[in-house]
Amino acid sequence: MSGTNSRLRALRAWFDDRVGILGEMERLGKKKRVPLHRHTIWYYLGGMTLFLFIVQVVTGVLLLFYYRPNAEGAYESIQFLMTDVHFGWLVRSIHHWAANLMIFTLFIHMFSVLLLRAYRAPREMTWFTGVVLLALGLTLGFTGYLLPWNELSYFATTVGTRIVGVVPWVGQFLLGVLRGGNDVTGATLTRFYALHTAVLPALVFLVLGLHVYLVQRHGMSVPPEVESEEKPPRSIPFLPDFALRDLVGWLAALAVLAALAAYFPAELGKKADPFASAPVGIKPEWYFMFMFQTLKYLPAYILGFEGEAVGILGFGLAGLLLFLVPVLDRPSVRGQRTRLFVWLGIAMIVYIVTLTIIGYAVSPKG
Amino acid sequence: MSVRALVACFALALAAAPAGTAPGLAQGTQDAAPPRGDTIANAADTTGAASADTTGGAGAAQPEESCVSCHRSLDSERFSAPAKAFHNDIHASKGFGCVACHGGDDKDSGFGAMDPAKGFIGIPSRRDIPELCGRCHSDAQFMKRFNPSLRVDQVAEYRTSVHGRRLAAGDTLVATCADCHHIHSIRPPSDPKSNVYPVHVSQTCGRCHADADYMKPYGIPTDQLQKYEKSVHWATLSQKGDLSAPTCNDCHGSHGATPPGVSSVVNVCGQCHAVQAGRFEASFHSEIFSMIGAPGCVTCHGNHEIHAPTDAFLGVGDSAVCGRCHTADSKGAQVATGERSLIDSLADRMQVADSILGRAADAGMEVSQAQANLGNARNALIQARAAIHSFSVDSVRAKIDPGLEVADQSATRGRDALQELQVRRLGLAVSAALILLVIVMLVLKIHRAGRPTRPGEGKQRGNGGEGSHGR
Repeated sequence: MSGTNSRLRALRAWFDDRVGILGEMERLGKKKRVPLHRHTIWYYLGGMTLFLFIVQVVTGVLLLFYYRPNAEGAYESIQFLMTDVHFGWLVRSIHHWAANLMIFTLFIHMFSVLLLRAYRAPREMTWFTGVVLLALGLTLGFTGYLLPWNELSYFATTVGTRIVGVVPWVGQFLLGVLRGGNDVTGATLTRFYALHTAVLPALVFLVLGLHVYLVQRHGMSVPPEVESEEKPPRSIPFLPDFALRDLVGWLAALAVLAALAAYFPAELGKKADPFASAPVGIKPEWYFMFMFQTLKYLPAYILGFEGEAVGILGFGLAGLLLFLVPVLDRPSVRGQRTRLFVWLGIAMIVYIVTLTIIGYAVSPKG
Repeated sequence: MSVRALVACFALALAAAPAGTAPGLAQGTQDAAPPRGDTIANAADTTGAASADTTGGAGAAQPEESCVSCHRSLDSERFSAPAKAFHNDIHASKGFGCVACHGGDDKDSGFGAMDPAKGFIGIPSRRDIPELCGRCHSDAQFMKRFNPSLRVDQVAEYRTSVHGRRLAAGDTLVATCADCHHIHSIRPPSDPKSNVYPVHVSQTCGRCHADADYMKPYGIPTDQLQKYEKSVHWATLSQKGDLSAPTCNDCHGSHGATPPGVSSVVNVCGQCHAVQAGRFEASFHSEIFSMIGAPGCVTCHGNHEIHAPTDAFLGVGDSAVCGRCHTADSKGAQVATGERSLIDSLADRMQVADSILGRAADAGMEVSQAQANLGNARNALIQARAAIHSFSVDSVRAKIDPGLEVADQSATRGRDALQELQVRRLGLAVSAALILLVIVMLVLKIHRAGRPTRPGEGKQRGNGGEGSHGR
């Protein structure tokens, strides 16, 4: 055993003499310290999201070995994967559930940063890149949903892209670009496939790289409440203390993923039939439900404009305001204590949770 | 009312004579004596001339005829209704006017329009109606210009029908063209408002055939409509909206309507149920039924009140039809019981397979291919049910055996899926236990790793990354 360890150490020393990256990473990891206080638990959400993204990349690549990106073969290739490929069901189920968990942890991470006001200077760019990552995550979810080419995904995408079409002036153009034609067809599937497996992951890698670098550069933010306490917070080194704690979170996420995949394997449903009538109760993925539900409640016309168009513009504006929070929260920039944006964040959470619950429980017609 | 309209009323009243009309039909095709014995010939000439004009402009917008403008303003419903209804008529849409059937001169705004010398025949005699319609509808060359796919043998067929033969014998109570197709609002059979649209045919026939008083002279039953509306055919037509489901004319014929004879029943049913009819005709039952005068399919399935057949029809039990002729110890009963046993075995095993696959699918297992394969067993069952009309156990077994094989394969796939589900859950339990163990070990290691420090205390070597913790 000791012989093996000494050989591994020798191999690492040989590698480090030539590349030097492992030693540098260890040096940085040991130098970096993470504050420990009553809100430290929220620090783990970012790492957990990163872990789930890595799971997505790995399982996504495995899925690529079998997936056929065309309307004639997509459904059948997933069916083959789930029935005839060893552990194919597990790969797809993990990919499915990791996507949902990643979006969930993304939201929690974003709201924890918002409520702890970790976006304050000098971390504005960290926030900006984080919001962009949230948007990219949602787009990955939207584009990936269509790929199994089953009945639900087909009609949900038809509805989802139609909503894009109501955006004033550019809606129809965007609709055409998204669908690759007037309707959701095999051309749409190919586009979504390209976006989901190449364009969006490339963007995520770029922005995620910047985001992680910025977190490393500025360290963890300490909430103003903790900062103003008499004693400065205690801290632990990133390596090995925080990394080990992070690992516990990752393993817990892995256990949850395995349980979900075993007890609720991702279903395939019926193959999409563009000529069939839409099944009753078409719903988007849960993370779009609050927007979908809001659009349902809007009147047909608001001040002479189409209700859905106003809704879409409203969500666009809300997204922009969320992006600009570090700029808009002027009192925090000036070092003043204000809870305005905390209350705004809580209001957002209440709104999203309420509308999502209503979307699943009440499900008004139309 | 204008003087011209009053005079027109008077002239028409003179021309028309009351006579029997099929119940529920609008007035107009009364058995009135034609104004002249050669009306049809004249009308034919007139129509010929008119058609030369009319067809030249068929389909084009035409100025309103004098007939319509005058009749529409008459107070009497009897005279105004035809003029008001005619704009819905297919003939109007093709550019034909009143004179095409009634003769006369629609360019003349006075009495001259109804001058018999100009071919005016007034209300056609019921006996003459088939010939009147046939002048155009039996002329292939002429009809081709409007609807090349429309048949031109309706009148010839009508002459062979019970209606046509009785009309020729002088019975003017029987149905003629106008009784079924309407008089002045004739629509194509494909028009849902038409009397002869498939869903409306039974009501159209039933107007006469379900009227006990009207049918009394003929001494035939009048419960056909009532029975038909309890049948699987009517349910398919009216509830499922399947327009290919049979209604009266599909079995009795449209223009040549006649009750199918004992020997032709199988041919009639066989138009749709071809496999069953073919097997029946090749069987010994066909010959025996002919000998004893029992109509083929009707003997077991009935005629107008045909219910969806079930497997219970087969055998010698209470609901079985075979037992009506075969005693329980007869060879026929043995064959029926043997066929029933085979059918039941496949149905039962399909149910078992379906249930297992359903449980697997509900648990999230992907068994859609096996569920689709089970469709082949369903096909085998359908073929076996058709094969019973050959009254041979071997014929039925030849269809059942492949179905049993598919059903068993599907059930096996379902059981495998359920077993795999247990393996997955066991795998999950093992991996979850391993993950938990690693978590516990990590937690222990974290506790051993040392206490957190504050700036300036013991082990601190940095201030939180390359930047600061706080602002």
